Amino acid sequence: MNEKYLYSLMAVIALFLVAYAGVEAVGLQWLFGIIIPYLALITFIVGFVMRVNDWARSPVPFAIPTTCGQQESLPWIKPSKIDNPFSTGGVIIRMILEILLFRSLFRNTTCKINEGPRISYVWEKWLWLFSLAFHYSFLVVLVRHLRFFLEHVPVCFKVLDKVDGFLQIGLPGVMLSGVVLLAAAMFLLLRRILNSQVRYFSLAADFFPLFLIIGIAVSGIMMRYFTKVDIVGVKELTMGLVTFHPHIPDGSIGAIFYVHVFFVSVLLAYFPFSKLMHLGGVFLSPTRNLRCNTRAHRHINPWNPKVKVHTYAEYEDDFREKMIGAGLPVEKEL
Amino acid sequence: MADLKPDELIARTNFTPPRTGWMDTPTVIREGMFCYAAKPKSVATLDLPYPREWNPLDDDWKLPENWKEIIIEGMKDRLERFRTFKIFMDICVRCGACADKCHFFIGTGDPKNMPVVRAELLRSIYRNEFTKAGKILGKIAGARELTLDVLKEWWYYFFQCSECRRCSVFCPYGIDTAEITMMGRELLNLLGLNIDWIATPVANCYMTGNHMGIQPQAFVDMLDFFADEIEDTTGVRVHPTYNKKGADILFTTPSGDVFGDPGTYTAMGYMILFHYLKERYGLDVTWSTFNSEGGNFGLFTSNEVMKRLNIKMYAEAKRLGVKWILGGECGHMWRAINQYMDTMNGPADFLEEPVNPITGTKFENAKSTKMVHIVEFTADLIKHNKLELDPSRNDNLKVTFHDSCNPARGMGMFDEPRYVIKKVCKHFYDMPRNCIREQTFCCGSGSGLNASEDMELRLSGGLPRANAVKYVQEKHGVNMLACICAIDRAVLPPLMGYWVPEVDVTGIHELVTNALVIPGEKEKTVNLRGEDILNKDEVGPEEYYTRPDFSGR
Repeated sequence: MNEKYLYSLMAVIALFLVAYAGVEAVGLQWLFGIIIPYLALITFIVGFVMRVNDWARSPVPFAIPTTCGQQESLPWIKPSKIDNPFSTGGVIIRMILEILLFRSLFRNTTCKINEGPRISYVWEKWLWLFSLAFHYSFLVVLVRHLRFFLEHVPVCFKVLDKVDGFLQIGLPGVMLSGVVLLAAAMFLLLRRILNSQVRYFSLAADFFPLFLIIGIAVSGIMMRYFTKVDIVGVKELTMGLVTFHPHIPDGSIGAIFYVHVFFVSVLLAYFPFSKLMHLGGVFLSPTRNLRCNTRAHRHINPWNPKVKVHTYAEYEDDFREKMIGAGLPVEKEL
Repeated sequence: MADLKPDELIARTNFTPPRTGWMDTPTVIREGMFCYAAKPKSVATLDLPYPREWNPLDDDWKLPENWKEIIIEGMKDRLERFRTFKIFMDICVRCGACADKCHFFIGTGDPKNMPVVRAELLRSIYRNEFTKAGKILGKIAGARELTLDVLKEWWYYFFQCSECRRCSVFCPYGIDTAEITMMGRELLNLLGLNIDWIATPVANCYMTGNHMGIQPQAFVDMLDFFADEIEDTTGVRVHPTYNKKGADILFTTPSGDVFGDPGTYTAMGYMILFHYLKERYGLDVTWSTFNSEGGNFGLFTSNEVMKRLNIKMYAEAKRLGVKWILGGECGHMWRAINQYMDTMNGPADFLEEPVNPITGTKFENAKSTKMVHIVEFTADLIKHNKLELDPSRNDNLKVTFHDSCNPARGMGMFDEPRYVIKKVCKHFYDMPRNCIREQTFCCGSGSGLNASEDMELRLSGGLPRANAVKYVQEKHGVNMLACICAIDRAVLPPLMGYWVPEVDVTGIHELVTNALVIPGEKEKTVNLRGEDILNKDEVGPEEYYTRPDFSGR
């Protein structure tokens, strides 16, 4: 077994045990239900803002967008307005497609060396598909959880709930998003473990958030469908948190709930210090968010350095005689 | 390399990575895969740090005592100056979409040539020095100590990346390995660890105006020689002008095309075109011996060195008082012009916004840099019927087009060259879609790696490109690979010779002037290469497609 995923799996199991034992054996509900969630949220917000701020502090000296389509040039040549955006509007569409639909990942191919040799590049959609499923189901799950933090659930969220549960299997009805989230996370995990190339460069830091999110999904699904928790108590606690009157409700909610909240807290606190910051970074990537009009508009480098140059005068000094001999015009005669 | 046959080279390529993790797999610097160390004289010419004799194969690289400090300080400095560097260090999720997009990985199978791992070589040190997680968790967080072995590994692999940016097309966050390699090379240059194939051209360019170190009188001699050649094949004497004040346009192109075949035919093509435009329309284009290099190997050294070489273009245009600058067919030259030049050495307010005086076309897309690509220029001329062309003179050719990395992914010039080729050749066949345009494959020798001592690296890295050429050779009988890059013209012939014999390499302007009907020309029987053009192929392109039993199907 690979140490990288072993470490991460063990870390998540340890987190589970800490929360479970902390609540069941020691009775630290207030710690896992109130203190840690608050601290985690503060860490997330402060850490996220600081990290983005840190990126923003470094300037963008050169406009180096990756041009993935025909440039804007002669009037009769059709430019690629999205993949090689000359205008701000094009950049916005490029960014929207990148952020909402993972456009670059959509291009993914798999390279194979076949007999002949003939090298083939086959469209590889699975990574794109499961990544998209993963992120969107996570978003839906997040939005669904708003009902724990709002007194009156807005209509649009109720509609989302309906759509999410449209299969109407079992009681309580199966929510697709949770199942898809778990399945997509499992795909990403198995891909990391089974694909020898991906396994080769994966770090423990790649497995940890996956195990953690799988832990979150499993504990959530457990609560909803299997072990059952006191949902009224849960809402009492979460509403207390959100209205800044935190308290632990009377009666047991169930340790699994605290495990779930602890996992989420760890994910939030871990977020700003990890690769999960790609959430913020994707907006700031200078190869995607700049206009490809670098010959039409001058991009300014705030630290444009003064450099030593070899001038024409020095050049002519070096070669004057030879230049005159070759019939080349000179600034200064011999 | 001559001892390793293509089949053997392919058989050696294995995509399954070793069992040991990359951090635990020591890097062995292998002959054939690296370029020689920078000569101290060249490093000293630009006053760059630590010029000295050293050998990559030696244990002792004669580093300064405080080399670690220099590197860490250099990283800190660059993290503060380049948002790209910071973000690219932080946000990679290692999804692996880039892994098999690199021609060096496909060709060598060396997992450290996967773009993600190439970046991790640097990221691991970044984490160790600049992130809390890396400092506390060490290897678990993907961090490692900066050691001499790490430095050597950097050197080896940052000079096995041609900065082609293919991986960045596929990266969901646009992480650009070219940018990471550029940072890595800037850091290595702080210790004098350049390769000579970059350092010496840079020094030459700085002092004599071009990479090849061609002195002004020799430059004139070479172009005179081309004029003789042109006269032999066309019967027309062309008279290029040099350093001419008050000319309409300054022309700048890579000196490689003045220096070696088949680029020389492209250079002749430029000369014929300018002669034609002068005769027919009175357009005055001048060459410069001071600014006799379009390429910029400074781009492969550091942004400061790039600026120091690039500055000559505007300086010379200003001195000569031309209206605007026309740039020849070159790859990385156009990355520098399109994405760096104006920022570094602009604004060029002493030049006019470029207008083609013959057609009246305003080159709106170049109104700030005032620099137009010659293929844009020629496409405009052809569109307006300003060139008398006889494409049947290229009937002996079945042409495909290699999109050079930099005009592709640092500019987006795809349709202009295809338009020009189709107007001057009857037989044009694109390679498969995943190997052209923004997904084009590098020649395997870009970013200063076109030396001879690293031939195994070059032939391995060029495999994906060559293999796609082979596909159209077998399918359509392609015998000519056109390109718009001087490095391509220098390196693709040996690459084709190795993988796809009988495919030759040409610049677009060689094709253009083969087809160009020059006023006063004699009846053409041979092209610029002296090849017989009378033996014309009677089969049209459509018919060619449908030939049922074409060999190699």
